[in-house]
Amino acid sequence: MTTDETLGPPSGRLVRVGRARIVVHPRTALVTGAVIAVALAAAILAMTIGTMALSPVEVARALFGGGEAAAQQVVQAVRLPRALTALFAGAALGVSGAVFQSVSRNALGSPEIIGFTTGAATGAIAQIVLFQGDGVRIAIGALAGGVATAVVVYLLSMRGRTTGGYQLILTGIGVGAILQAVNEFLLVSGGIDQAVQANVWLAGSLYLRGWEHVATVGIACAVVIPVVGALARRATLMEMGDDVARQLGVRTERTRLALIFAAVLLAAAATAACGPIAFVALAAPQLISRLTGSRSMPVVGAAAMGAVLLVVADVAAQALPFDAVVPIGRVTGVIGGLYLIWLLTRKDTVRV
Amino acid sequence: MTVALTGDDLTLAYDSRTISASLDVEIPHGEVTVIVGPNGCGKSTLLRALSRLIAPQRGRVLLDGDDIRRMGGKQFARRLALLPQSSQAPSGISVGDLVARGRYPHQRMLQQWSADDEGAVRRAMAATDVEGLADRGVEELSGGQRQRVWIAMLLAQDAPVMLLDEPTTFLDVAHQLDVLDLVARLNRDEGRTLVLVLHDLNQAARFADHLVVMRDGAIAARGRPSEILTEQLLADVFALDARVIPDPVFGTPLVVPIASRKELRDHDA
Repeated sequence: MTTDETLGPPSGRLVRVGRARIVVHPRTALVTGAVIAVALAAAILAMTIGTMALSPVEVARALFGGGEAAAQQVVQAVRLPRALTALFAGAALGVSGAVFQSVSRNALGSPEIIGFTTGAATGAIAQIVLFQGDGVRIAIGALAGGVATAVVVYLLSMRGRTTGGYQLILTGIGVGAILQAVNEFLLVSGGIDQAVQANVWLAGSLYLRGWEHVATVGIACAVVIPVVGALARRATLMEMGDDVARQLGVRTERTRLALIFAAVLLAAAATAACGPIAFVALAAPQLISRLTGSRSMPVVGAAAMGAVLLVVADVAAQALPFDAVVPIGRVTGVIGGLYLIWLLTRKDTVRV
Repeated sequence: MTVALTGDDLTLAYDSRTISASLDVEIPHGEVTVIVGPNGCGKSTLLRALSRLIAPQRGRVLLDGDDIRRMGGKQFARRLALLPQSSQAPSGISVGDLVARGRYPHQRMLQQWSADDEGAVRRAMAATDVEGLADRGVEELSGGQRQRVWIAMLLAQDAPVMLLDEPTTFLDVAHQLDVLDLVARLNRDEGRTLVLVLHDLNQAARFADHLVVMRDGAIAARGRPSEILTEQLLADVFALDARVIPDPVFGTPLVVPIASRKELRDHDA
């Protein structure tokens, strides 16, 4: 791998890997690397917390099969799957948000706003309240609800043969509002036990996540994020308007459909694993773009930032000095919201 | 006259609303063609059909004899570039980065930049005189500068045929001339084929080698401005009472509008 100092687009460097010539933006690469490091460090930190307090060194030792047997057992069977679920779900949500924001050309584009999360909740609550389902069936209900909502919103926002960004958001808000009402109706119409169970699911949780959750969301990340990465340049060009992108040779409607499909899969996998997690999808792409200063759709960066947000929220949820289990979905809302407000108000130092 | 672009028996429509029916048009190679016509006469629709942004319901468009529907997306983009009426600069993007995006049709996923890209971007920025702005944000620029930057992006695309949809709208008259002078230079120095939609008849008359006058989705007249821009044509197409005199500076036809026919009628009544 060599860097060509003389050649490169205005804000990038040309890196040769074999015969490939890839454009790398130094600041983006640096920031993304740092955020990945923070995500991993936070995951280690998260694994130190619990009834059996461990030091980071003990956690590391347990991960590689050393240290005490009890520590090994706790870390490998309980804390590692929980941390990995958080990392992968955060990454999936971050990339999902980046795609929705790019496609809708709007900083408010996210699975929540598009109605996806509400639809997933409808599926899950219906499973709980109407069919007394649990576990896998709730996850499947959430998946089906979310995907069905996304399909409906996409079809409703089509005008002629194209979908505009604003239509997507407005349709999503409308459909989301209807589903929200349906959700509340389902909650009051079911028995009290089901209502409680549904509310627990609605709060979003990383409690008792096992390797099956890691697999669900980890495989989704491994398969879908590279696809999004391959489409990222086209998505970035489409932010200049469909006409400009099309005249540059981008098949916009096909690309948009593929991107939305990928983003819905990612959000669905994360929601199936942890329940609805607020704000990570909305905040992660915004935060990473402000840190890198890049105007391209972030993929790896959004994944890393999403992972950081979710793992930090998990640490905070466990470390809070309350005598109650604070659901992760609530914590992400508070942390992400505060950080975003703080960044938005710092207009003098950050270009908005 | 060699022909760069041919519209052959085009029927153009949005959903069920037909804009043009059985339209034939030829864009001469290596010349500046200007399309004029009243609002809603189908100028932009024609431009969008020529650049494949809309598919004709009937007929076909040939670029140097090749049916444009049979070309790949990037392949077509390397041969024909379009500046749409509205384009949106992503917030915070620098001039240099925006111009570099014009190179997309020449790049592949694992071949993202080359010496050709570098050279084309540098030439495009020099030709449009935006080199000094390379690191500035596009949003900070004036309307005239911004339009030059978009044209630079189009130039970096390096297509021999360039279509510009109302490139002077929203610019003051000095910046309008800037853009039109640039267009004339691109044609003269680099031999590019240019097609512009303009509103100002006098600018059209001065800068066009080939003028296409449209009305109600059809072509009312085409040819050298000095040969076709007559008082009768203005009355027929624009419902305009006007005198056409030779421009004292350039010798091209100069339209002096006197009154809109419609207003005259209203006045009499």
